[in-house]
Amino acid sequence: MIAVLALLAGVVLGVYLDPTVPAALQPYLPIAVVAALDAVFGGVRAKLDRIFDDKQFVVSFISNVLVAGLIVYLGDQLGVGGQLSTGVVVVLGVRIFGNVAAIRRHLFRA
Amino acid sequence: MIALLLGLLGFTLVVQLRTTSTDPTSAATRQEDLVRIFSDLDSREKRLRQDIESLEESQRQLRSGEQGRQAALEEATRRADELGILAGTLPARGPGLGVRFEAGSKPISAYRILDAVQELRGAGAEAMQISGGDGASVRIIASTYFLDGGDGALVVDGRPLTGPFTITVIGDPTTMATALKIPGGVAASVAGDGGTVIVEDREVAEVSALHAPVKLEHARPVS
Repeated sequence: MIAVLALLAGVVLGVYLDPTVPAALQPYLPIAVVAALDAVFGGVRAKLDRIFDDKQFVVSFISNVLVAGLIVYLGDQLGVGGQLSTGVVVVLGVRIFGNVAAIRRHLFRA
Repeated sequence: MIALLLGLLGFTLVVQLRTTSTDPTSAATRQEDLVRIFSDLDSREKRLRQDIESLEESQRQLRSGEQGRQAALEEATRRADELGILAGTLPARGPGLGVRFEAGSKPISAYRILDAVQELRGAGAEAMQISGGDGASVRIIASTYFLDGGDGALVVDGRPLTGPFTITVIGDPTTMATALKIPGGVAASVAGDGGTVIVEDREVAEVSALHAPVKLEHARPVS
């Protein structure tokens, strides 16, 4: 419940403050968001499986974001940033789909 | 901690959505993407430039073709006018002479008129017509014939004309006048019969009588 409220608070804050993204962060922000979404869906799935662990969620969230950012940064340095970020998005997308499928099975038994 | 992270997620999510929705173009695009877009635009521009060149080329071709057609049309119109004047189907005007034959004791014979017409043709006449005393006119063309009609009349192309006759002719006036007045020529012959030939210079001679176009039944152009 607190988590949902916090999410809403973040959204409201983002809408209200409307900051501009620094140019240096611009390539990493979308990837970080997708990675965080993956961690969140994983967390929801774990919650439904009744194996949710606070510490694990926090670590996976932060490591997900950092690793995704790192991969994109590395790709940018190697000159394949575009392709690597596409790859990261694809992998995370597959994982999100898997988690959502598991959540769906829990919620609807189908 | 979880709440903080989720709050951060919501915040960045909204920020990112805002960024992409407010500025979907160049600022949020990577350098290599920009380079690719740039080279795409470059090659597109090259293609379009080639298109422009080929279209301009075809425009030039069409324009020159049109000019050629225009020239051909003008030439054809000019030829049609010339042929119309020669065939007597078009009225003509220009410098020339009025030649008046007045009978004396003997009527003017068709032979004398034909003589005069031949002489005028030889001197470069381009269009001629003959008028009778009552003003009726007949165009003189290649196939025109002259017959004595009796009682001083003349039959030209089947139409009877009464004297005195006037030939209106377009051509070089001095040459034609000289041709008519040479010793032993038309003027002298008519004078010998007692008649008079009055040659009158005209700055603008009008040959307005028309000859109906002849429909050819047998002759066909060779082409």
